[in-house]
Amino acid sequence: MKRPRLVLAAALSALLSWWSPGAAAVEIHDFASAAEQERYRVLIEELRCPQCQNQNLAASDAPIAVDLRTEVLRLLREGKSDTEIIDFLVGRYGDFVLYRPRWQPATYLLWLGPGALLIAAGLTVVLVVRRQRRAPPKAVLDGAARATLTRLLDENDDNSAGDRR
Amino acid sequence: MARIRLFVPLIIFLVLAALLYLGLGRDPRELPSALVDRPVPVFALPALGDDRPLDQTLFRGSPRLLNVWATWCGACRDEHPFLVELARAGVPIVGLDYKDDPAAARRWLADMGDPYQEVIVDREGRLGLDLGVYGAPETYVIDAAGVIRYRHVGVLNAQVWRERIEPVYRQWQTP
Repeated sequence: MKRPRLVLAAALSALLSWWSPGAAAVEIHDFASAAEQERYRVLIEELRCPQCQNQNLAASDAPIAVDLRTEVLRLLREGKSDTEIIDFLVGRYGDFVLYRPRWQPATYLLWLGPGALLIAAGLTVVLVVRRQRRAPPKAVLDGAARATLTRLLDENDDNSAGDRR
Repeated sequence: MARIRLFVPLIIFLVLAALLYLGLGRDPRELPSALVDRPVPVFALPALGDDRPLDQTLFRGSPRLLNVWATWCGACRDEHPFLVELARAGVPIVGLDYKDDPAAARRWLADMGDPYQEVIVDREGRLGLDLGVYGAPETYVIDAAGVIRYRHVGVLNAQVWRERIEPVYRQWQTP
């Protein structure tokens, strides 16, 4: 029983590592420093491949992703800052290449929307709960209804008493 | 008042459903071009055939199409006959041979007809990168001042031409 489970776990982890982003970048680069390598890694993970959508540059095997990785490295070596490199790519491929959207009028809703929805939902819950607490107990029975109810309950009591006997 | 409030969830649902439905019809592959309304990037590349130096001033004087293609690109083969047809009808087209082998490109044009006024050879894909090309074929409408006015990603066929590109092209033809 233990072995098949182990095999399954191994298969799953193999599958996971195969799918994991970052595993597909194949070019070998010599980096001048660990800092340069780290900046490169962060940049290609945050930039999106325009061809195979929903993959970052690091994970994509598309020719354009290879070109763009090379370009990012070239710009890094030219001494460009991260912002300059990102501007370079946005200037050519548009905001689409950013996995982290910029803070600009077109993205206010995107950035603030989820928070606003959460706050609105929270407020609604608080309001509803408060109103229900404050509301006077509803459904006051009039005389006739109360009499009927009492009668029904009594009948029920008699019946169950009868069952027990 | 309370009646209306009952319908609020339904209204929210309907609005959301409508938005999602509209989203279904949109092509996620169509990226808005960052270069529309910007001039053709500066470049200095050779012409196919005789290696004459070409640069961005190629696009001055009259509006034309810029078609990005390559011999390794299957869809380019599909659209080529239509480009030949357009050229015959008098539409000026400049080709950008993108990351390709110039010898193969020359053979392709000899075999299938040459619709291009001029073919820019971009072996390294530098101009392609500056244009934001992410897959061939792509077709741009460029006005008489060398400003990019429209970009189409994918095969250019009669329908695309009629519905999307020709109106833009005509608009810039008569300023």
